[in-house]
Amino acid sequence: MIPQLQQIVVDKKWLEEDEMIDCIAISQALPGIIAINAATYIGMKVRGFRGALSATLGVILPSFVIIIAVVTLLDSIGENTYIQGAFIGIKAAVCGLILVTVVRMGKKILRSAFAWILAVLAFIAIVGFGINAIWAILAGAIAGIVYNASKLKEVDE
Amino acid sequence: MIFVYLFSMFFRIGLFGFGGGLAMLPLIFQSVQSFGIMTAEEFSNLVALSQVTPGPMAVNAATYVGFNYAGLPGSIVATLGVCLPAFILMMIVYHFVKKFNDSRIVQGVLGGIRPVTVALIGAAVIFVSETVLAAGPLISKKFLEMGIDYFNLIPICIFAVTIVLVGKFKMKPIRVMILMGIAGALLCGQI
Repeated sequence: MIPQLQQIVVDKKWLEEDEMIDCIAISQALPGIIAINAATYIGMKVRGFRGALSATLGVILPSFVIIIAVVTLLDSIGENTYIQGAFIGIKAAVCGLILVTVVRMGKKILRSAFAWILAVLAFIAIVGFGINAIWAILAGAIAGIVYNASKLKEVDE
Repeated sequence: MIFVYLFSMFFRIGLFGFGGGLAMLPLIFQSVQSFGIMTAEEFSNLVALSQVTPGPMAVNAATYVGFNYAGLPGSIVATLGVCLPAFILMMIVYHFVKKFNDSRIVQGVLGGIRPVTVALIGAAVIFVSETVLAAGPLISKKFLEMGIDYFNLIPICIFAVTIVLVGKFKMKPIRVMILMGIAGALLCGQI
């Protein structure tokens, strides 16, 4: 989604190239849906609050309408072995797709012992002990601040 | 009352969801489980649907859960809930983006959250696979009793083929999903 967005925004001259890079960085850094963060920022830049509102609505509406249409359609068809089979096929494929994604992300992000330890602990906590993912995220944030501070201190000394 | 429920649940998901749709999956899964409004099976159907429809996964999820649980008004409330945190937060930091991006604290927070998002996506693999590749949780008594029969053969083949197609041959995920949907319709319908 991001390369697509980048091209449109720069082509239309809504944002300069380096400003777009900032926009993407902050959209990924803030919590919440990345596409909505980006839409809000770009909308704000181009037309202020109203721009932000319409850009955000624009990014929500297609998914909203499509999901409701598909759910209604599936309900009206009812139990059908082919559709159930298709769901099983897609779900199995999704497992594979997510696994490939996690390996790719892992290679990029898990480059220090610190990162590995955090990831493994969070995984065990969530899958093994059923701990709420929110706690894992908060713990990661705090660990990150402490680790960063101690590292900078070392550099200073 | 239902609407307050839906709104607050999805607002929380929107507020703590870092790192994109897949990393938000465990958060969504745990929320709908703890509120008891969705089975693991339905959740995995939702994941499948989100992968073959366009748009942000969290919006798909909010619309789906809201609609199934409380009709059109429910889907609107849930979707608003999941989108508002991103919108409000961006409005607040909009005026000091550069400062925000360069801040030591933000860099620290991100350095800690990114590894956790890898774990979250890993957890998503487990949550979804337990509903389709096996007959239930991987760590269970039933697994020890049933042995190899605990696993579903055809879905595991589809899973393996997908890994090769996407991982090795770099095929577009959406194409693979459609292909495997067709394969599933032909091969898995009778299970």
